[in-house]
Amino acid sequence: MMDITSEDALVDAIKGAGTPLAVQGGGTRGVPKAGTVLSVAGLSGITLYEPGALTLVAQAGTPVADIEAALAQENQRLAFEPMDHRGLLGTTGSPTIGGVMAANVSGPRRISVGAARDFLLGVRFVDGQGVVIKNGGRVMKNVTGYDLVKVMAGSYGSLGVLSEVSMKVLPRPETQAALVLHGLDDAAAVRAMAAALGSPFEVTGAAHDRACKKTMLRIEGFETSVLYRLGRLRDLLGNMGAEITVSDEHQTAEAWTATRDVAVFAAAKGDVWRVSCKPSDGPSLAARSQAEAWLYDWAGGLIWLRCAAGHDLRQKLGAFAGHATLVRADSETKARLGVFHPENAGVARLTSALRAKFDPKGLFNAGLMEHAA
Amino acid sequence: MEMPVPNPSIIARKARVVQRLQQVLPADAVISDEQETRAYECDALTAYKCPPMVAVLPYTTQQVSDVLRICHEEGVPVVPRGSGTSLAGGALPTADCVILGVARMNEVIETDYENRFIRVQTGRTNLSVTGAVEEHGFFYAPDPSSQLACAIAGNIAMNSGGAHCLKYGVTTNNLMGVTMVLMDGEVVEVGGPYLDAGGLDLLGLICGSEGQLGVVTEATLRILHKPEGARPVLIGFDDNEVAGACVSDIIKAGVLPVAIEFMDRPCIEATEAFAKAGYPMCEALLIVEVEGSDAEIDHQLGLISDIAKQHNPVELRQSKSAEESAKIWLGRKSAFGAMGQINDYMCLDGTIPVSALPHVLKRIGEMSDHYGLKVGNVFHAGDGNMHPLILFDANKPGDLELCEEFGAEVLKLCVEVGGCLTGEHGVGIEKRDLMHVQYAREDLDAQMSIKDIFDPAWLLNPAKVFPLDASETRRTVMLAAE
Repeated sequence: MMDITSEDALVDAIKGAGTPLAVQGGGTRGVPKAGTVLSVAGLSGITLYEPGALTLVAQAGTPVADIEAALAQENQRLAFEPMDHRGLLGTTGSPTIGGVMAANVSGPRRISVGAARDFLLGVRFVDGQGVVIKNGGRVMKNVTGYDLVKVMAGSYGSLGVLSEVSMKVLPRPETQAALVLHGLDDAAAVRAMAAALGSPFEVTGAAHDRACKKTMLRIEGFETSVLYRLGRLRDLLGNMGAEITVSDEHQTAEAWTATRDVAVFAAAKGDVWRVSCKPSDGPSLAARSQAEAWLYDWAGGLIWLRCAAGHDLRQKLGAFAGHATLVRADSETKARLGVFHPENAGVARLTSALRAKFDPKGLFNAGLMEHAA
Repeated sequence: MEMPVPNPSIIARKARVVQRLQQVLPADAVISDEQETRAYECDALTAYKCPPMVAVLPYTTQQVSDVLRICHEEGVPVVPRGSGTSLAGGALPTADCVILGVARMNEVIETDYENRFIRVQTGRTNLSVTGAVEEHGFFYAPDPSSQLACAIAGNIAMNSGGAHCLKYGVTTNNLMGVTMVLMDGEVVEVGGPYLDAGGLDLLGLICGSEGQLGVVTEATLRILHKPEGARPVLIGFDDNEVAGACVSDIIKAGVLPVAIEFMDRPCIEATEAFAKAGYPMCEALLIVEVEGSDAEIDHQLGLISDIAKQHNPVELRQSKSAEESAKIWLGRKSAFGAMGQINDYMCLDGTIPVSALPHVLKRIGEMSDHYGLKVGNVFHAGDGNMHPLILFDANKPGDLELCEEFGAEVLKLCVEVGGCLTGEHGVGIEKRDLMHVQYAREDLDAQMSIKDIFDPAWLLNPAKVFPLDASETRRTVMLAAE
């Protein structure tokens, strides 16, 4: 294992590497490892934080907890609500901001404010030949040249190793609450969530727990505004035939942390898949998945499924608009089925050419994102 | 502005290229007459003009594919064009190129309110995307000020923004999928009516690539329900620095307005003379708009007003009605027209960290004195996206060059304080030669190597974005291989 504590050391390590490297931040996200572990956890620290400009710059190995603590002091937050994978995957360690961005980890609020990639303003990274490359910056609007920032987000270290990230942050709202609809089946729940998202009332989370038939709609903002919008949403959804309750600030916070981290699957055995789809396709996809349990986030556009170990979910789902990622499984299953969804031929050709360009020696997380043919 | 010398061997083959294009396109879709191609000689950066060799206006993705395949085989450069509203020269032709306009591809393919997306052909104008969904209460959020005319194709190419992106984001944050045709004619589908890429985020790479990676013919766009209402407050200050501090305090207080607009004294004076919006004569004016129900708006405007009062404003005018809102916005919306009444102007869009605002405005004032050219500043203050309007006289020899020099100094200053050359207009040819200021050689190489993958022969919009000396080897390899 190589512990990196500076960008210069990162450059040297990559230039000197002759065999594959497993790029790692906090190592909490269950990314399969092949090769020598290259840890950037030591590349840590917030380098700039301007609350009045809603921007924060940090070295890639900075713990997410440090960033959240600094933001909390100014009543701000990472609005894309990054998931903590430790409970679900049984991993330990400290999630890093570089890991969040490299895996484009977003939570329930993704449907209203955007994904991690939408909050990433700039990057510094070291490519497969040891060249330091910067792209983007620390301002919110920037169309100067190609947007490599977006392609680095979610590239899982396969194009280069992030050394520094610059992000947009947002104010933390005064309060939050949720409207909870009880007893809806999957299809009705997805309809209710679509109606809520299609309203002007700025729902910032829409999830359905199938096991207890609870559909949750989160509202955030100033207290009077939250109360007003809860009332309007209740009127809007009154004809769904569901019993409706309201959860308070504390209950809402707990429920959404649990949703974000897929807490219900943490203790249960089996593989865990994550499917991104057109929301209204959710119920029919889940129905043919032969999964043991599932729940919906993103108003139905994100389905978390728990399946028997080794179950080939993609084969059960067949062709659909979206993608299925294998989040939790043993390494044999991940190798056999591939963590990532196969891409169409045109996209696959372009992405594999991008990898060859940025990592010509095939050093970084080799084969992770490529699908076994 | 230097452009590559047109390739005489291509121009010599014009008849053959036209003939091949006519074989795959309807008769009215190929324009080769020298008088008619003049219609495509420039975009909204009208200081630079050059008629293309040919212009084509295909109706379908298949026709776009056929055109690109033929141009690829013939080694002819292609300049894609949406509505031609680029302020950066993104659609400026060369004499040896084929202009590929998507204006006739303007159909709505699918609207889906339940899943909150619309699929359109990219020749459709920005405003008519909202037009297609507004009877159901929905809208498409990115709102560049050219939205009446500009096409989605150009919005995607430039990653266009607008006044309301503080809350709703820019094009890249609202784009879910595209159909894109590569230079060799291959049609690629990226993304769709679901969130986030499964693998590498090609969509993020395509958006903002200025028509250099492919021609986007269809797009899936996120649509949102309109807010119940929106109203602004107008706040005047006798000091730029205080106005900047007020913006920062509003943001820090946890109110997230949908727009924060800033105008300085020269701009206020010009718009007042032109539009008579009743603005106070002061150093800096903020227009802060919030959304929601009436009560929610009142509450937020109250909070903003309380913050503003701590900064001793010379004017504080909270809109109570649609009429008052329109009056407050009137001056801001006529700012460009007002400046245009005074003289020709060049509009820059460098972006800076909000904290650098007072320093940058002071320096621009000093530069204005130095160059002897007047400048007015209008600016999306919430996100630091400046719009200095430098006045010059196009009929006065040397004035354009002086203005460009001044503009370049302003943009260098934006980079120096931690910002960037362009926040929403794009690089095009206008800021191409300043890219060295923001990016090192390695940074530009990394970007150009992406074009190598999508368009190995460097035929798509080749003389844009990258300084000509930086891209020369790549472009000449293309010529040699021909």
